[in-house]
Amino acid sequence: MLNPLKCFGKYLGRYAGIRSLHSSSPLSHDSLFVHRDSPEDNPDTIFEFTPENQKRVDSILAIYPEGHKRAAMIPLLDLAQRQYGWLPLSAMHKVAEILKLPRMRVYEVATFYTMFMRKPTGKFHVQVCTTTPCWLRGSDEVLEACKKNLGIGVGETSKDMMFTISEVECLGACVNAPMIQINDDYYEDLTVDDTNEILNDLKACKKPRAGPRSGRFAAEPLGEPTSLKGDPPGPGFGVRADL
Amino acid sequence: MLRSSLIKVLNGAKVSPKHVCVTFRAASDVAKKPEKIEVFIDDQPVLVDPGTTVLQAAAQVGVEIPRFCYHERLAVAGNCRMCLVEVEKSPKPVAACAMPVMKGWRIKTNSDMTKKAREGVMEFLLVNHPLDCPICDQGGECDLQDQSMAFGSDRSRFTDIQFSGKRAVEDKDLGPLIKTVMTRCIHCTRCIRFASEVAGIDDLGTTGRGSDMQIGTYVEKFFMSELSGNVIDLCPVGALTSKPYSFTARPWEIRKIDSIDVFDAVGSNIVVSTRTNEVLRILPRVNEEINEEWLADKSRFAYDGLKRQRLITPMLRDNKNELTPVDWEAVLLTVCKVLQQAGPNVAAIAGGMADAETLVAVKDLLNRLGSELTCTEHVFPMDGSGTDLRSSYLLNNKISGAEEADAILLIGTNPRFEAPLLNSRLRKTYLHNEAQIAVIGPKVDLTYEYEHLGNNATAICNVLNDNCPFSSTLKNAKKPLIIVGADLLKRADGAAILSLVQSIAAQTCNKVEGWKVLNILHKVASQVAALDIGYTPGVSKIREAKPKALILIGADEGAINKEDLPEDCFIIYQGHHGDLGACMADAVLPGAAYTEKQATYVNTEGRAQQTLVAVSPPGLAKEDWKIIRALSEIVGHKLPYDNLNEIRDRLDEVAPHLTRYGEVEGANYFKQAAQLLQEDEEKTLDDSPIDLKIKELQDYFMTDSISRASPTMAKCVQAVLKQKESKY
Repeated sequence: MLNPLKCFGKYLGRYAGIRSLHSSSPLSHDSLFVHRDSPEDNPDTIFEFTPENQKRVDSILAIYPEGHKRAAMIPLLDLAQRQYGWLPLSAMHKVAEILKLPRMRVYEVATFYTMFMRKPTGKFHVQVCTTTPCWLRGSDEVLEACKKNLGIGVGETSKDMMFTISEVECLGACVNAPMIQINDDYYEDLTVDDTNEILNDLKACKKPRAGPRSGRFAAEPLGEPTSLKGDPPGPGFGVRADL
Repeated sequence: MLRSSLIKVLNGAKVSPKHVCVTFRAASDVAKKPEKIEVFIDDQPVLVDPGTTVLQAAAQVGVEIPRFCYHERLAVAGNCRMCLVEVEKSPKPVAACAMPVMKGWRIKTNSDMTKKAREGVMEFLLVNHPLDCPICDQGGECDLQDQSMAFGSDRSRFTDIQFSGKRAVEDKDLGPLIKTVMTRCIHCTRCIRFASEVAGIDDLGTTGRGSDMQIGTYVEKFFMSELSGNVIDLCPVGALTSKPYSFTARPWEIRKIDSIDVFDAVGSNIVVSTRTNEVLRILPRVNEEINEEWLADKSRFAYDGLKRQRLITPMLRDNKNELTPVDWEAVLLTVCKVLQQAGPNVAAIAGGMADAETLVAVKDLLNRLGSELTCTEHVFPMDGSGTDLRSSYLLNNKISGAEEADAILLIGTNPRFEAPLLNSRLRKTYLHNEAQIAVIGPKVDLTYEYEHLGNNATAICNVLNDNCPFSSTLKNAKKPLIIVGADLLKRADGAAILSLVQSIAAQTCNKVEGWKVLNILHKVASQVAALDIGYTPGVSKIREAKPKALILIGADEGAINKEDLPEDCFIIYQGHHGDLGACMADAVLPGAAYTEKQATYVNTEGRAQQTLVAVSPPGLAKEDWKIIRALSEIVGHKLPYDNLNEIRDRLDEVAPHLTRYGEVEGANYFKQAAQLLQEDEEKTLDDSPIDLKIKELQDYFMTDSISRASPTMAKCVQAVLKQKESKY
């Protein structure tokens, strides 16, 4: 619909010296910052902390001194998200009720942090890092592999509610790039095959091994260490003889 | 959001020794006042208290630093950065609104660094602000417009937006009063802070982050508060504008007339904006003693009721029992004949919006006819000293005095809706003064926490007889305050209740000079003036007297109806709206509303103020006191005043404070009033529950003839009812 408008705008611009209409959308976040009622997410969605989590709630609250209980908001929201898989509106209401705060104060926090998922999210949240270091090391291929393997696009959730793919900014594992985070685990030094293996394991209800896939233990250099190879020098090393 | 203080959290609403000790410590802190420190604003030396911010220090020498988010009545946010100024030896500019001054600082509010900082901030603010000033309602009174002219650059370096477009934010539906264009929002958060701190409705907030941040309610929810209109004034841009006023006029086209609000007994100061003899909008006027700079929604938005349901021509009831328009001559002659026939059997009832001039004219006329039956619609106990001592019917401690109170007892009143601006003061003292508040009456939402002591007269006795913990709080408090609703005193046992309350007030130790404990809160603007002039509160006397003619001066509350009166009683209605009073009238004399006359009103504190003529009365309507004056001449008892000055002289004769505009004439003789009331025979208390007329927000909007005629107020009621059904 915008195309004829755009053409018209350009035409106007050319002949009347008026700026043309632009039709490209500005960069913005992929989630909404207002609530829309949906069948899964509405104020009637039932959310209650389970008895075990209720105990956790109590112990979280016990950490914070009287008068500063609202500091427990992020831990409680996280607990609710871990229990429910994502964070429905009624979970926010529940947290507001526990902390005796106006609901708006909880909405503010829940919308500020991108790790609070305010829409239905799969059991496995595949977060592909596409920031520069990972991108240079082939995150595009990894992302493509994820999409192909799971048959969903970025920001989408598979129909069986098992997988959601997100493109995320730097997760702080640049030395092991490219990497993806699935729920709480980092999978690093990935290739396309590694990615497929991890996803297939998850589909088969097996837990893939977290960490680097290149055979590295952690963030040490690939192959031989390049420094600090000898024994650590003892006391007095490099000190002037007359001291 | 405001954090509640630790003491409040630890103790709930109860008082503990801890609380007492803290208040004493605070008191002793005040005693040793720290030395003032000297700073230099643009090389001008100024001495300020420690803790003063750069912006306040600059204001003291008359240097205004531009700002968007800072507002003197709200908490400091420091997020717009417009107030950046250079401080000598500081490597970076500092935010003047949030930075306390240090000794010897040299602040440069006009240096190159400051100018560059302002220009930079302005450039950032305008990156995403739409250039839609021509279609923006804020145009001409927009802080962003003015400040970008004064401090901004003439061009922007942000060329990105030519390709990607500016940020666009979806508009929010905040109800029938506030129009939102959220794309214009610059995130100053003034509205959020107002909602949370002053209005006490924590519904507004910021959602999202970075360039996606937006102000709103997150869920679909109206901003339902009796003070919601104030966010329109607070908004420095056109993001929040007035819905009823939208696309009506530009600020440079309108005439502004200072006036007084009459929708409640607070007497807020207002500015009436008019064009072509039409009231376009009403804004608050700063008066630190009364309304600070806020205005309640009814006072601000009910003005469209002034154009509807108006009585524009004199009317007489014809033989078909219908009111038919006639001319002034016919109606005055008819009324005159009736009054002459009735002789001394004539009575008058003053409604809630009658001005002092009319009240005194009517009283003079009736007195000349030999009648003393001048009554007000609203009842007040007449036992004991009755209304002879002003202290028994005034808000003696003044509205601004409520801010200093540390223990408050509200009896039979809902100040949130009866006097929203008094309630905002009470909320202020609750927040900043650690005030303990208790309520006797129905449980209502007052926007602050309180202790509910009961809902009947027994609860008042309990406070008196030390039967509840709050009585010791009240007695030990330094500045205790008791506010009694005028509605409560309407009951049959009103005098007994007043006597009880007077006894409680007498028990509290009065430690502070000039502090007055007992306060009566009236609901209507005319009541205090009427009582000052000598009207009898309540209409029971009229019911007994069975008058032959009855003059209603804007009395629309149905205090008396046709069944109470003898069949041959001729009812004359003088007022501005065709409401209940006009329906039962035999003759209608169209009068002027408060925007159409220069008239005196006395607020609940006893402060006389005057409205000014903003527009002329519609049709054949006339100023009220002039009608009475004309009538008196035809009746044959000519009143001795022909112009405003002369009737004001007459007011001055009756009660000199009525013409000392802006000043409160304090009242005294509390002890004597209490004694006189107690000397009367023992009165029995009725233990039925205390009821209030206005309990919730939907009851607030339509309470008098003007607001009942207002479509905006009707929409507000609907919106509140709709909100009630919503799950949010």
